[in-house]
Amino acid sequence: MNMQVEVPEVDNSKADLSLGAADFITDGDQYLTFCLDNEHYGVDILAVTEIRGWENPTLIPNSPSFVKGVINSRGVIVPILDLRIRFQIGKASYDPTTVVIVLAVKNGHDSCTMGFVVDAVSDVLNADEDEIKPAPVFDGLVAPKYINGLVNVNDHVVTLLKVEQLLSLDDEVVNDE
Amino acid sequence: MSIDLEQFHQVFFEESLENLDVVEQALVEVDVDSDIDSEVINTIFRAAHSIKGGSGTFGFTEVTEFTHLMETLLDEVRDGVRPLTQELVDALLKSCDCLRHWFDCLQAKQDLSDEQSKPLVVIFENMLNKNSALASTEVNVSKTTAGTDHVPLHHWQITFIPHSEILLSGNEPIRLFRQLEQMGEYKVIADISGVEDIDQLTVDECFISWNIELVTTTGKEDIVEIFEWVIDECTLTITDNIPTVEANNVPEIGREMIAEKSGAIVEEAKKPKTKIEIAQKTKTIAASSAASSIRVGIDKVDNLINLVGELVITQSMLSELGNNFDMSKIERLSSGLDQLLQNTKELQENVMRIRMLPISFAFNRFPRMIRDLSVKIGKKVDLQINGEHTELDKTVMEKIGDPLVHLVRNAIDHGIESVEERVAANKPEMGVIKLDAYHQGGNIVIEIVDDGKGIDANIIGQKAIEKGIVDDVSKLSDGQIYDLIFEPGFSTAAEISDISGRGVGMDVVRRNITSLGGRIDIESEVGKGSIFRVHLPLTLAILDGQLVRVGSEVFIIPLISIVESLQIKAELVNKVSGNMILYRLREDNVPIIPIYKEFNIEADNTELDSALLVVVEGDGRKVGLLVDDLLAQQQVVIKSLESNYKRIEGISGATILGDGSVALILDILGLITQTTPKKSHSNRSMKAA
Amino acid sequence: MAQVLVVDDSTSMRTMVTATLTSVGHQVKDAENGKAALDVAKSGAFDVVITDLNMPIMDGITLTRELRSIPKYTYTPILLLTTESSGDKKAAGKDAGATGWLVKPFNPERLLSTIDRVLG
Repeated sequence: MNMQVEVPEVDNSKADLSLGAADFITDGDQYLTFCLDNEHYGVDILAVTEIRGWENPTLIPNSPSFVKGVINSRGVIVPILDLRIRFQIGKASYDPTTVVIVLAVKNGHDSCTMGFVVDAVSDVLNADEDEIKPAPVFDGLVAPKYINGLVNVNDHVVTLLKVEQLLSLDDEVVNDE
Repeated sequence: MSIDLEQFHQVFFEESLENLDVVEQALVEVDVDSDIDSEVINTIFRAAHSIKGGSGTFGFTEVTEFTHLMETLLDEVRDGVRPLTQELVDALLKSCDCLRHWFDCLQAKQDLSDEQSKPLVVIFENMLNKNSALASTEVNVSKTTAGTDHVPLHHWQITFIPHSEILLSGNEPIRLFRQLEQMGEYKVIADISGVEDIDQLTVDECFISWNIELVTTTGKEDIVEIFEWVIDECTLTITDNIPTVEANNVPEIGREMIAEKSGAIVEEAKKPKTKIEIAQKTKTIAASSAASSIRVGIDKVDNLINLVGELVITQSMLSELGNNFDMSKIERLSSGLDQLLQNTKELQENVMRIRMLPISFAFNRFPRMIRDLSVKIGKKVDLQINGEHTELDKTVMEKIGDPLVHLVRNAIDHGIESVEERVAANKPEMGVIKLDAYHQGGNIVIEIVDDGKGIDANIIGQKAIEKGIVDDVSKLSDGQIYDLIFEPGFSTAAEISDISGRGVGMDVVRRNITSLGGRIDIESEVGKGSIFRVHLPLTLAILDGQLVRVGSEVFIIPLISIVESLQIKAELVNKVSGNMILYRLREDNVPIIPIYKEFNIEADNTELDSALLVVVEGDGRKVGLLVDDLLAQQQVVIKSLESNYKRIEGISGATILGDGSVALILDILGLITQTTPKKSHSNRSMKAA
Repeated sequence: MAQVLVVDDSTSMRTMVTATLTSVGHQVKDAENGKAALDVAKSGAFDVVITDLNMPIMDGITLTRELRSIPKYTYTPILLLTTESSGDKKAAGKDAGATGWLVKPFNPERLLSTIDRVLG
């Protein structure tokens, strides 16, 4: 990985956003921000279908540790993934204040819904396109392909995540030991 | 008072179409060369009879006339007077087609054409004339008595001597007299001379007779009609005192009148018929069948009614709560809302269930089709249908019909060999086509299996290259080569026979299946046969399940695969080949699968002795599943795990239990193939998360 | 108004007869075959029974015979719905204890007048 390769990729995704990629309901410039440990992350607010409290999900046998199980969300079976475990940020503990953000992506006729366990939901962030900065490339815990860009909010940084990438399971073993 | 009969038409149409299915199915199963089960004939007769009766009542005279012929013939068959010949079976099958078409037209409110019925009527009439004159006498009865009501005043002298047991048929003489009373001036004289000693009287016997004088304009027939039901239970004389006419033999009159009635039906039926434009016809038929209804088992409806009842209770509880609400009632409000949520959810699921129909609706047409086709091309084919009770959403059912027809045709045409070829290949003359449907997770799988010549990957590959679909097949697996069959342009009109052709290729079949969100794959062995497997997703499917508990998790075992549940006796447990644990179940050695190990979860109990074992069977193999507890049995709605997640080994789907939690449904077949000796290299249970 | 039990394997006929009878205020229960009707009859009380002849499981004639053997239906009017134009079925029905019959096809008016005949 190096700069020359990475930067255009980020530019591409920015272009996608501004053109309003028709198939995704995730374009827009409002973001729901949440905390993983002390770090701030954001996802496109249009992809958020529900924010719910933690409840014990039904275990899925032989699944990676970040997959906590499945729950019933309005009659639909929704898998619950713990982002803290997936990105190895902070400590995964579950108590009544633990929050699950349910995200949905529509792709043509298929739609995919998943819930993500985070430490807390913090805010709704308004960010114009030009405020989103490409993420510098370094060997972070969150793989670059999940990252849309960074936004500076006061004195901290919010990492915007790509919802469709979060929901894809093609690399579920990444960072999972 | 008037009742609009039209409101019953739709019910009648649907019922008649179902009756036609019954007739057709029974006819297809008939083997004219062997003894025919009288119940089969009865079933056919009853169905035809029902259509005739209904059509008469609702005024579809063409249908009545036509089914009358069918019924007459069937009646003779039923009475053993007429043999059920192949010719008759064929004609009856064609009659089903004709009637079905007529019902389509009637539903679309169109006139009926006699295009299809005419040749059949000729055949039926010829048969009837040849064998007996029964039908024609019945049909040609003339109207015997017309105009008698114009005769002026009669002075009827009626003697009515009932047999003593008349009361036992529910006929009260007094009711008869009340009707006579309405006809004119009348006088009754009771004759009690027949009454025996008082101590011999019983309540249910009648010893009285009556003499009645009636002055009326009413004719004799109408008077006889009043006594029609008791004619065999009395001595009745009716004489007109003015023009002293001797009473006819009464039973004869009764018969005459009945004959007259059936004559009237036939006469009415001979109305002119008009033809209509075909284009317009098809259009309206399509439109009306789209608005067709669905027949739902009464239990499903009862369920809904119960749920609505619960909903109403919840609603009234909540509105009462709202009338004088204060914060002390917040607890009750929240539990009420929970209840409402639960009611709504259940209602939703139950409403969805109404759309589910057994796949027999789609399979039913095949016996007939296979019969017709095999006759046409001179191949011998036996059709075996399994899993016809598997439920499928009505919409999916409607759309999968045509692709299935195509696949079955394809199996007969390209799969099953001719009798000579089969004999030469040391196979039984009779080819077998199997249709099977079953649930697999959130999917329904429909298999079309033939024991024909199989698909030769070399030939298919070559053809695909010739047609320019691929350049090279050397790197493709057999499966990938089979898939080429579904490529557009692979099957062209030139090489498709009359049977599987009809202008659509396999590419259309695949496209239709894909558009339903399904897929199709092929398994084949040259010389042995092929399996076309259609996987269709279900937004939901129903399954009867046994809930079991392992540790804190609840799993569902499809009831259908459970052989028995038992408590393990330690002495019957054997260890073989290192790590395989077998349980001796009578003659069988059944491998034990501890669910906790398989799924890497904590169980209450890991000791085998006295543990609960659920023996399940799949694909002809049995395994025992070690569980902690047996819970309830219930119907569950299968939900897909794949739509939001992915397939999981050993799990076929999920469902939502009554308390709103999710439970996983075990994939029995998957578990069996993973663990039984056939594929012994499985190390799946070792996989770590 | 009367309590009527309607027995026919044909849904359309059952619906038609039921609707006609209820339209003038009768209380109607229905059954798909003789056997089902017998169960309904045993658990209830009916003033009139109207039954089809040709039915699966148990036909109308057997039903009539069975009903007559139940004390509370000894005198109850039982009407047969029949399309048979030959007298055989009627005779068989009478033998079994039927009160009378109604020949199909019939219209609602005819059904009602026949019912009035037995309710007298």
